[in-house]
Amino acid sequence: MYVAVKGGERAIDNAHAWLAEERRGDRAVAEMSVAQIREQLSLAVNRVMAEGSLYDPDLAALAIKQARGDMIEAVFLIRAYRTTLPRFGASEPIDTGAMTCDRRISATFKDAPGGQILGPTFDYTHRLIDFALAAEGDAPDAPQTTPQTGKTPHITEFLAREDLIQTEPAGTETPRDLTREPLDFPADRALKLQALTRGDEGFVLSMAYSTQRGYGRNHPFVGELRVGQLPVEMEIPELGFAIELGDITVTECETVNQFTGSKTEPPQFTRGYGLVFGHTERKAISMALVDRAMRWQELGEDNVGAPAQDEEFVLSHSDNVQATGFLEHIKLPHYVDFQSELELIRRLRAEAMATRAQEAAE
Amino acid sequence: MSEIDANTDRKARLSTLAQAPAARLAALWQAFGRTPEHDMLRPPEIGTVMVRGRAGAVGAPFNLGEMSVTRCSVRLRDGAVGHGYVQGRDKQAACTAALIDALAEAGEAEALEAAILRPLREEAAARRTARAARAAATKVEFFTMVRGEG
Repeated sequence: MYVAVKGGERAIDNAHAWLAEERRGDRAVAEMSVAQIREQLSLAVNRVMAEGSLYDPDLAALAIKQARGDMIEAVFLIRAYRTTLPRFGASEPIDTGAMTCDRRISATFKDAPGGQILGPTFDYTHRLIDFALAAEGDAPDAPQTTPQTGKTPHITEFLAREDLIQTEPAGTETPRDLTREPLDFPADRALKLQALTRGDEGFVLSMAYSTQRGYGRNHPFVGELRVGQLPVEMEIPELGFAIELGDITVTECETVNQFTGSKTEPPQFTRGYGLVFGHTERKAISMALVDRAMRWQELGEDNVGAPAQDEEFVLSHSDNVQATGFLEHIKLPHYVDFQSELELIRRLRAEAMATRAQEAAE
Repeated sequence: MSEIDANTDRKARLSTLAQAPAARLAALWQAFGRTPEHDMLRPPEIGTVMVRGRAGAVGAPFNLGEMSVTRCSVRLRDGAVGHGYVQGRDKQAACTAALIDALAEAGEAEALEAAILRPLREEAAARRTARAARAAATKVEFFTMVRGEG
C-alpha cells in the first residue's frame, strides 16, 4: 500500500543543491565542458548512446556530466529525454557493407579481402598505466598512408557464395518495436536484436560469457568485426525521395558458428549478429554470441536449459533502466508497507510465544 | 533539366546540409550574406528518426535505435519552398538548410553550390580521407616466419 505523505520538501531541495555542488567538485579544479567529455571520453559517450538508444553525442556527453559519470543514470536521462520527442519516421536499413571502416578484423581469414585494419584499438596494449597522460602535453599525430578505396566486403559474403553459411531469412519490412509495444513472447529475431543492442553492456557480456563457459555453448569465431562511419538515409514524404540525414559510427560483429546440420539442412556454418551504436566492440561481440544462443529453436538445436538460450530471461533482464528502476525503488519510503509487516510479525510472534508457553505448561 | 536530375541535385544538396557541422554551416551562410524574406511553413522542430539495421547485415530489418534530427520548412516570397533536415538538435542549422534549399529551388543553385555546398562537401571528404589514411596505416602486413610441417 502506498500512502502520500508530505514534508521533506526542504530536505529534498537542499539535497539537490548539495548534489549540484558535489557534481561540480573542487572549484579550484577547472570545470569540464560537454565538448571535452564528447571528445575525450568518447567510449563512455558511445555506451550511453547505445543503451540510451539515441544517437546524439552532445546529448550523451551532457547526460554523463549531469549524472556525475554514473552511466546508468546517464542512460536513464537520455531515455527520458527521448520520450519527449516526436518521431519523424524510420530510416532505410543501413548498409554496413558501405561503411568507411576505422577498424576491420577477421579472426577466421588471415588474408581477408580488404585486409586486417586494426584501427584505434586497446588490443595489443600492455594495460600498464601510462603516467605520461597525467602530465600535460599533446598527443602525437597518428601515422597516415594512402587510404584504401572502394567498399570493404563482408567476410560472410565469401562463405555465402559457396553456400557454406546459412542464409539470413527475410522478415517484415516494418519490424516490431519494443519502445512502442510491450514486450511479449515468443519474440521474433528483430525484437531480440533491438533488446540486445540497447541492453546493458555488463548483462549482455555476462550472458555471452556464460555461453563460452558451457551454458549453451555455440562455438563462435569472430568472422568479422568492423567499426566505422556510414550514412543514414530516410525517405522524406514532402520530397518523395530519400536523403542522407546524417552520418553515424557503428560497430558490427558477425560470428561464424559451428553447425553440423539437421534433418532438413545440410552441414553449414551459422551466424550470430551484433550491431551497436558507436565504437562499442565488447558489446557488439557479446550481442552476436547471445543472438546466436537464442536461435537454438530456429536452427533445430537442443535447449539445454542455459540462461542465454532463454529469451524470456534474457530480454526481460537486459534493460538497465528497467532493472535499476525496480531495484532502486525499494529504497524509497515504504513506511506504511513496513508498518503493516511489523504489526503482523509482532502478532505472529505473540501467538507463537503464547502457544509455546501453553505447551510448556501442559 | 529532367525531374530525376533535379531530384538527384536536391538529394545531394539536402544530404550535404544534413551532415554539415552546425558552426561551419552558420559561418558559410553568414559569408553568403543573404537572408531572404520568408514564411515558416514548419517552424524548426527537434525529433528523432528510428535507425534500422538488418539481421546478419543482409536479413530482416530491426530497430537499432533512434538518432536526433531537426527539421524546418520555409517558403520564400516568390513561392519557392525549402526543406531542411539536419542531424542533431540545432534549430538554426535546420532553418539555414531550409533557406539554402529554397534559394536553390528559386534559381540560385549555382551560387550556393560554389559558396556553401562545395566547401562543405570538400571538407567532409577531407575529414573522411584523414580517418581513412590513419586506418590504412594500421593495416596488418603479414609475413610468414616459419610454416609448421604436418
